[in-house]
Amino acid sequence: MDPECSQLLPALCAVLADPRQPMADDTCLEKLLDWFKTITEAGSSLLLLQGNPCLVELLCHMLKPQDLSSRVLAFSLRLAGVLAAQEDCFQYLQQGELLPKLFGEAGPLGGAAWTSPTVRSGWIQGLRSLAQHPSALHFLADCGAVDTIFSLQEDSSLFVASAAGQLLVHILGLSMPGPAGGPPSLQAGDWPACAQKIVGHIEESLRATATPQITQALNVLTTTFGHCHDPWTQVLWVRLSPLVAGLLEKDPVPAAHSLVDLLLSVARPQALRAQAFAVLLQPLACVLKATAQDPGPSGVLDGIVGDSMTADMLLPSKAACVGLLCRTLAHLELLLPLPQRPCPWPQAPLLGAAVTLLQLCGGSARPTSDAGRHLCGLLLGCVRVQRAALDFLGTLSEGTGPRELVTQVFAVLLEYLRSPDSSPTVLKKAFQATFRWLLSSPKTPGCWDLDPHALLFLRDLLPVLQKRLCSPCWEVRDSGLEFLTQMTRHWGGQAGFRHALLASEVPKLTEQLLRDPESYVRASAVTAMGQLSSQGLCVPAAGPEHPGGQQKSLLAELLHILSTDSEGFPRRAVMQVFTQWLRDSHADVAGDTEQFVAGVLQVASQDLDWEVRAQGLELALVFLEQTLGQPRSHCPCAVTPAVAAPVGPLAQALQPLCRVRLFEFAFRALFDCDRPVAQKSCDLLLFLRAKTASSGSLQESRSSPHVASVEAALQRWQAGDQAQPLGDLEPEVVLAVLRSLDLEGLQGALAESSDHVEKSPQSLLQDMLATVGVLGGNEADCY
Amino acid sequence: MSSPEYCLSGHPTLPCNVLKFKSTTIMLDCGLDMTSTLNFLPLPLVQSPRLSNLPGWSLKDGNAFLDKELKECSGHVFVDSVPEFCLPETELIDLSTVDVILISNYHCMMALPYITEHTGFSGTVYATEPTVQIGRLLMEELVNFIERVPKAQSASLWKNKDIQRLLPSPLKDAVEVSTWRRCYTMQEVNSALSKIQLVGYSQKIELFGAVQVTPLSSGYALGSSNWIIQSHYEKVSYVSGSSLLTTHPQPMDQASLKNSDVLILTGLTQIPTANPDGMVGEFCSNLALTVRNGGNVLVPCYPSGVIYDLLECLYQYIDSAGLSNIPFYFISPVANSSLEFSQIFAEWLCHNKQTKVYLPEPPFPHAELIQTNKLKHYPSLHGDFSSDFRQPCVVFTGHPSLRFGDVVHFMELWGKSSLNTVIFTEPDFSYLEALAPYQPLAMKCIYCPIDTRLNFIQVSKLLKEVQPLHVVCPEQYTQPPPAQSHRMDLMIDCQPPAMSYRRAEVLALPFKRRYEKIEIMPELADALVPMEIKPGISLATVSAVLHTKDNKHVLQPPPRPAQPTGGKKRKRASEDIPDCKVLKPLLSGSIPVEQFVQTLEKHGFSDIKVEDTAKGHIVLLQEAETLIQIEEDSTHIICDNDEMLRVRLRDLVLKFLQKF
Repeated sequence: MDPECSQLLPALCAVLADPRQPMADDTCLEKLLDWFKTITEAGSSLLLLQGNPCLVELLCHMLKPQDLSSRVLAFSLRLAGVLAAQEDCFQYLQQGELLPKLFGEAGPLGGAAWTSPTVRSGWIQGLRSLAQHPSALHFLADCGAVDTIFSLQEDSSLFVASAAGQLLVHILGLSMPGPAGGPPSLQAGDWPACAQKIVGHIEESLRATATPQITQALNVLTTTFGHCHDPWTQVLWVRLSPLVAGLLEKDPVPAAHSLVDLLLSVARPQALRAQAFAVLLQPLACVLKATAQDPGPSGVLDGIVGDSMTADMLLPSKAACVGLLCRTLAHLELLLPLPQRPCPWPQAPLLGAAVTLLQLCGGSARPTSDAGRHLCGLLLGCVRVQRAALDFLGTLSEGTGPRELVTQVFAVLLEYLRSPDSSPTVLKKAFQATFRWLLSSPKTPGCWDLDPHALLFLRDLLPVLQKRLCSPCWEVRDSGLEFLTQMTRHWGGQAGFRHALLASEVPKLTEQLLRDPESYVRASAVTAMGQLSSQGLCVPAAGPEHPGGQQKSLLAELLHILSTDSEGFPRRAVMQVFTQWLRDSHADVAGDTEQFVAGVLQVASQDLDWEVRAQGLELALVFLEQTLGQPRSHCPCAVTPAVAAPVGPLAQALQPLCRVRLFEFAFRALFDCDRPVAQKSCDLLLFLRAKTASSGSLQESRSSPHVASVEAALQRWQAGDQAQPLGDLEPEVVLAVLRSLDLEGLQGALAESSDHVEKSPQSLLQDMLATVGVLGGNEADCY
Repeated sequence: MSSPEYCLSGHPTLPCNVLKFKSTTIMLDCGLDMTSTLNFLPLPLVQSPRLSNLPGWSLKDGNAFLDKELKECSGHVFVDSVPEFCLPETELIDLSTVDVILISNYHCMMALPYITEHTGFSGTVYATEPTVQIGRLLMEELVNFIERVPKAQSASLWKNKDIQRLLPSPLKDAVEVSTWRRCYTMQEVNSALSKIQLVGYSQKIELFGAVQVTPLSSGYALGSSNWIIQSHYEKVSYVSGSSLLTTHPQPMDQASLKNSDVLILTGLTQIPTANPDGMVGEFCSNLALTVRNGGNVLVPCYPSGVIYDLLECLYQYIDSAGLSNIPFYFISPVANSSLEFSQIFAEWLCHNKQTKVYLPEPPFPHAELIQTNKLKHYPSLHGDFSSDFRQPCVVFTGHPSLRFGDVVHFMELWGKSSLNTVIFTEPDFSYLEALAPYQPLAMKCIYCPIDTRLNFIQVSKLLKEVQPLHVVCPEQYTQPPPAQSHRMDLMIDCQPPAMSYRRAEVLALPFKRRYEKIEIMPELADALVPMEIKPGISLATVSAVLHTKDNKHVLQPPPRPAQPTGGKKRKRASEDIPDCKVLKPLLSGSIPVEQFVQTLEKHGFSDIKVEDTAKGHIVLLQEAETLIQIEEDSTHIICDNDEMLRVRLRDLVLKFLQKF
């Protein structure tokens, strides 16, 4: 701790200990605690306490009966925990019996302050910090804290209850590992007292009849197994699994979803996993049963729904039905990509269930049973289930399915894309799922084009996309464009796709959306057009509304957007398209690359949006790499440029960069008021300097008057006056200026956050004291 | 006395019912089913070689005697004649006995001239002002569409029942073709409309003293109403064509529908599966898609109603869709009046639009579309329109049946190109049937029916809110639509189940009529001497004459008995005595059996047995061989010729009762 802070600390502690001086802003206390954590992580807590006795005084002060605010009390408990996390400091505090007093019955635990959830939460967090070493474990066992934690699991405050569960997990993790980190004994009698107590409590809860208690125990176990895979967890599982298995045999299974969560996190014995999976599949099996569908050949969904289990029971009301189905679908979606997912995976019945759910929600299902009609009534038009089912359906595309089911998948997707009642979010998800299914459609060997079924589907899909691109709802137009971009990126080079797309009105409509009133849509249209153009899929519009066919080139159109669009998103999109075009040596760019780069950089440098300027630097970097002939190794997107590597001397190589005024752009960006731009420019110039240093063939002209004038101009720029242009720069001058600039220093300064001065601990302490008026002299500064 | 309801129309959204209620005969709406016109060939405004060269239809055996009347087009057979309409039933009830007709909205009055001019009707019609004005426009347009294309031929041979049986569907299945009638004339329209009396929302109209009727805002169209029909003790709500969506009209008044004995529910949405918002989006998307590709859009529509909302949506959409340069044409003989009328009925509009009037701004943005020349309107495609006409464009014109009106011309003009699109927004006609005489058709057809009337979810909420004792509705609403039999949500679900009716059926409305209100004359009331029998409850005997006239009942003092002549000498007291003797006191109260038995014992009766009966008790005096039968409203003492004993017992009974 620096001396200035040490000086301010006693006064602050006095303020904190004074109930008449309430701390109005508890974010200060959080910041203060963060600061103490930083100090204790970096050095000895014991030295901190010894150097600042006021801290111990503050903690002692908490034990006196008084009217302290619950925030300060909670803060002190947490501070004590942070300090006692180091064993020597723990011992030091123990000497004065301070810790048992703070965390035991004598402290807030036994007093009126305990009614405040803030204090209870502070108590838990204090212990959470403190529990880091064996001494702490003894302390916890001795002072009876574990029992209190058990009771806090049922706390009325959800935050407290959840923190109590987390603390139990933490203590268990601390106490279970055997001596020297080896596996603990299977005999519970050999375990530390704390561990015995906690495991005993969990066992008791698992045997309980009340669902909340079972849920708590399951949640503790799920967190334990989810976060730790040490050998001791295996020992623990061996001991507890019979109890867990017992839960699965009950009918109905209590706390079913917590149980599934646990089993997913444990994912151990095969038999148990199958049972857990069955629980998870129940709602979907109900749906299939209610709509009288064959649960599928794999038989996994067979027998899940017994006679006692009907859709009415499991899915009684709309709220329950929707909630359960959404959770089930979300679980299954998470489970699908995991290696420990159940085997065999019932892909076909799940596909069938997802399709059926979507049909029920969309009103196209034709259930014949009463249960089915009931479900239909509950789910009709339910956006939540539609979204969850579409997400799940998309995930299922990673597997295969019987042909007729896949046909149904595409049919239901088309139904959703077509339906006027699909909400914009549902539509977006339908587009995403469609894309994933198209991706997964079977490939003809040696051909990357879409298979004939997918091409047939595409023929139905494109008219729908056309209509969606004309939707009055901008979100819909936007998702339509994103979908088009994705498709073009993947199949833009394939004959079947190209033929279908060019036969449709989609490219023309996309071009028209460049002038959409909504900026997000314009941005997406820019990206889509960039992609279409890269693949040669842009058709010059020559419709009746463009008599004479005087059509601006797309490049000119995009440049127009870059220089005139009032919103940032379309301009950013244009810069991204341009950067990509430059990378790919797009035909429109390759014709006169220098003119293109010069034009773009000139417009970008004047843009008010920092992301556009930053993207300008990205484009400059691509050009630089192409000019110097060596792509950066760390950039995965960079491809070897078509331009041949320069063979001439460095000065000649730098000439094109000077001609496009790349340096003026980069230097200007170096002093940009937006830090990311300056950082990016700094990186670019450092990269260039490293490049030129290695070749080292250029004569320096450090002393030339031109260099001096450029340096002077740059100083003025740095001071904020960027009016004066640099004029034409020669490569030699550039190199000289580059070497004279303290780029490393600048990089370091930029790396510090802009508010590093205001964020200093000293400033924090001063602010806190100033608010309560202790620092009289600072009053005027405050506001 | 029962309250029958006569159903004269089988069309649930174009109802025509007659309600006999409290000796008044009330017709509820008189909708005209125009789907019959779909069986006829279109009336082209300009000579159409295609239509006039259609081959005549002949029977399977080659007999061609019908070939002048029936023409064949793409496998369908059409009647080549002036289109005819299917009228409401006129035989079920003598329509000259109808006292009043209540109109709920302008779509539900199109049969009015047939009723008022040809049935001997002599009553009054009640409707709101916008209903009458816009209804007049719809009728005027209809008459104009049909009269401006005179057609000499009137087909009647095919209507012969023996011949009709031989025709292909749907002609074969058309109902009551013999009653189909040609369109009325403008003269009949004017005469019919002159019988209408204008009413305002919540205005109470007395009918013959017995019944009060009140129109309430129904939220569906300008001036559209639901009606409350009530007497002092019964209330019938007639809900027809209501909407809970926020469109241009005043919102629906639901609160006033509460406490109804019977709620007659008609005019629900015809397309319960189509959400109007989604459909408007669909309409806009398809319109823009067509126009951007250089095609024209044809929107067959009525000259009022949804068109206002569509124009408002387009007003917001055209700039964003880059359609600012595309002309929008509205062609109807009444286009101008319709656009202007909509702006002047401020008090009938939704709150948002009402407030605009005070700014002052026109409530509908189509005024701005007209000002900026984006929307142009013409009475007909002849005249100015032909010189202004520019393509690609969007044309709104009638009639939605595609059988008459300017739309026929545009169908012929644009039908051959796949660039063009016809977008159906009116839900009244099957678009496939409407298109049948234009096949084969290259033009794209989009069906976006926009029906803002109540759907079944809204009905269910409404019924929960309003809680009528009984719901009465067309039979179509009591089961899911035939094509979607699994959709149990597409029917009215209420308890007790709704009573349903169908065309030409008479239904007895389930009233439990118990009370009638009777007024008492002040002088008679003055003479009453109430006696308190329970705290807060007093009774008095009344002798009066009940006078009933115009369904009002009044108690008047009885006529004074004629003064006996020459009675001056008789004492006053003796005058009163006979009266008093005649008037036995009235008894009230109940006899507590246990106390009564104790009293009997006190008075020396023994061997008393009490039996419970269904209506009360029997006290048995076994020794005296006497029965005392005590019931809620009577007590009988049955004993054998022992008058003394009877009187003794009577007096004991009377001790427990109050007299007045």
